Amino acid sequence: MSTVQTNPGELALRCTNLHRYLGQGEGRVHVLKGVSFEARRGQVYAIVGPSGCGKSTLLYLLGLLDQPDEGQIEINGAAMSNSDDFARTRARGGHIGFVFQFHFLMLEFTALENVMMPMRKLGRLTPAEMKARAHGLLDSVGLGAKTHRLGTQLSGGEQQRVAVARALANQPTILLADEPTGNLDVKNSALVFDLLTRLAKEQGQAVVLVTHNPEIAQRCDFTRPMRDGLFV
Amino acid sequence: MSPNLRIAYRFLTAKKRAMLMSLACTILGVGLFIVTQATTRGFEEFFTKTLLGINGALRIEDKMQDTMRSLQAAGSSDAYFAQREGVKLIEGIEEPQLIAGAVRGFPNVRAVSAVVRGNVQVTSSFKTEDAQIFGINLEDHIRVSDLAQQITNGTLADFRDSAGGALMGRVLADRLQLGVGDSFVLAARGQSRSVRVAAIFETGYREADKTNVYLHQPAARSLLKKPAGASFLQVMLHDPERAPLDAARMKQVLGHDVKPWQEREKTWLAVFRALRISTGITVTVFTLIASLAMFNTLAMIVLEKTKDIAILRSMGYERRDITQIFLWQAGIVLAIGAVVGAGFGVGVTWLVSLVPLPINGIFKTDTFIVAWSGMPLFIAQAIATALVMVMIASLVPARRAARLEPGDIVRGTAQ
Repeated sequence: MSTVQTNPGELALRCTNLHRYLGQGEGRVHVLKGVSFEARRGQVYAIVGPSGCGKSTLLYLLGLLDQPDEGQIEINGAAMSNSDDFARTRARGGHIGFVFQFHFLMLEFTALENVMMPMRKLGRLTPAEMKARAHGLLDSVGLGAKTHRLGTQLSGGEQQRVAVARALANQPTILLADEPTGNLDVKNSALVFDLLTRLAKEQGQAVVLVTHNPEIAQRCDFTRPMRDGLFV
Repeated sequence: MSPNLRIAYRFLTAKKRAMLMSLACTILGVGLFIVTQATTRGFEEFFTKTLLGINGALRIEDKMQDTMRSLQAAGSSDAYFAQREGVKLIEGIEEPQLIAGAVRGFPNVRAVSAVVRGNVQVTSSFKTEDAQIFGINLEDHIRVSDLAQQITNGTLADFRDSAGGALMGRVLADRLQLGVGDSFVLAARGQSRSVRVAAIFETGYREADKTNVYLHQPAARSLLKKPAGASFLQVMLHDPERAPLDAARMKQVLGHDVKPWQEREKTWLAVFRALRISTGITVTVFTLIASLAMFNTLAMIVLEKTKDIAILRSMGYERRDITQIFLWQAGIVLAIGAVVGAGFGVGVTWLVSLVPLPINGIFKTDTFIVAWSGMPLFIAQAIATALVMVMIASLVPARRAARLEPGDIVRGTAQ
């Protein structure tokens, strides 16, 4: 499998003074209160903190799935916070891979098709190359023998491994994971985390993960605790 | 296969029951559109064919001649002042050969027949009935009518060879209890003549079958005391649909009153038009139901696939990709529905054409009449109607899906 040509240590992601409000009227909550953060390639970052402190909200902002009310976000040096939906979508497809807590596989598709889906949209590779890369990624997450199984025919751990392979499909420079082991048992948690960090290190990606699991957090290169919408 | 089409297909096949319901509605909508159009148009076309077969596409009748008074008015300025006092009505055609020759010069004219018409009393040994006689030149008249095909008893050759022979309508013959070879008496203008039934015809149009008797023109002239001229010229056109245009031009050139079949039969044509509109509304309701079923299916899929939409958006799929995915789903149902619906429509139309339905009065038929010649048009219209309605119905859920914010979905706050 080919690897991304990156410079380890190069800045992949930076956000400055991010503010985000959620809800409306009297239920409006100031979730992020001026958060600044940066992530470099080849490094694994853990954002930890109690429920409701704003870590997932920060992750969605960093992944351009949401827009900040105030503040700046840069992806590989390009300012994205004020860009339109089209530019943010292009940036997501080309630079960012996501792993969600509940796998979010498309269950009508096989493992192979799920991994090929981001590649089909980006269109950088030929169909044969896409297939070969998807096979390679599924091999590397230990699912080479289950490539043609539908999402419904895979266990929770296997689905999350497919999600990791899918997140890496377009060789993104940034990998964002929202509690990727939160829904798995201890054995599968360790397996998925090892996969995520090993593949990301091999390919020189910046990995930012949100977790409640202290053991996982300890094994990351950097841990950033959050409370009440701010890093502490 | 494009990624969006592939995803659309899988989304759709994952909701088999709802998809089949939408598909069934689309098939029914397209199919029933075709059946209703083919049958309605079939009856209308058959009625038109029957009328053209009796009376031709055009009738050239009385002449409206300007008098000196109106000519003076016309000469005094560029404007033409039509005044009833300044117009003289000359009944019938004074110079039928001359007018027929001029009419044959019109490119759309296929044939012309001069006819002498008059009211008579017909008496058989059983009873007396009022009737109309039409004095014709047989060879001319069979070129402007379907008389040759309308003979049900006897032969046209018998009439051709018999100077004292007559062609009598089926209803009149039945009323007078006359058969081929029987004699009867025609009386008009104080004189009478004994005539033999050479053949009996049936047009299916009751009024014609009840009153019409065809004689050779010399016999009719003698009985009606009309040694010259004609009551009207019956004209058949290559393209009967152009009759109003040709009638207007002939009226201008010949100065005679020229009636196209569309004006002559406007009451019946209005009935058929009303029927067509009525069935059009009905079939539009069918396709509306199909589009509502499609709307319902897609709305359900949008609700159930919000997470998939978020995944796709997180992978770089744009809003327009999401719209396309949902429109493709409608497109797949529509494509299958159009093909199967067209087949279903043609099949049902064929079955309907076999249904026994004896009709006699405005035309004669024993089964449902369907318009096979218009089938490609009906199929195209049905598919176009379904296309417009289903795609409009699909736009709403497709755009709603595209508007979903991935962040809101993942956070669980999508509206």
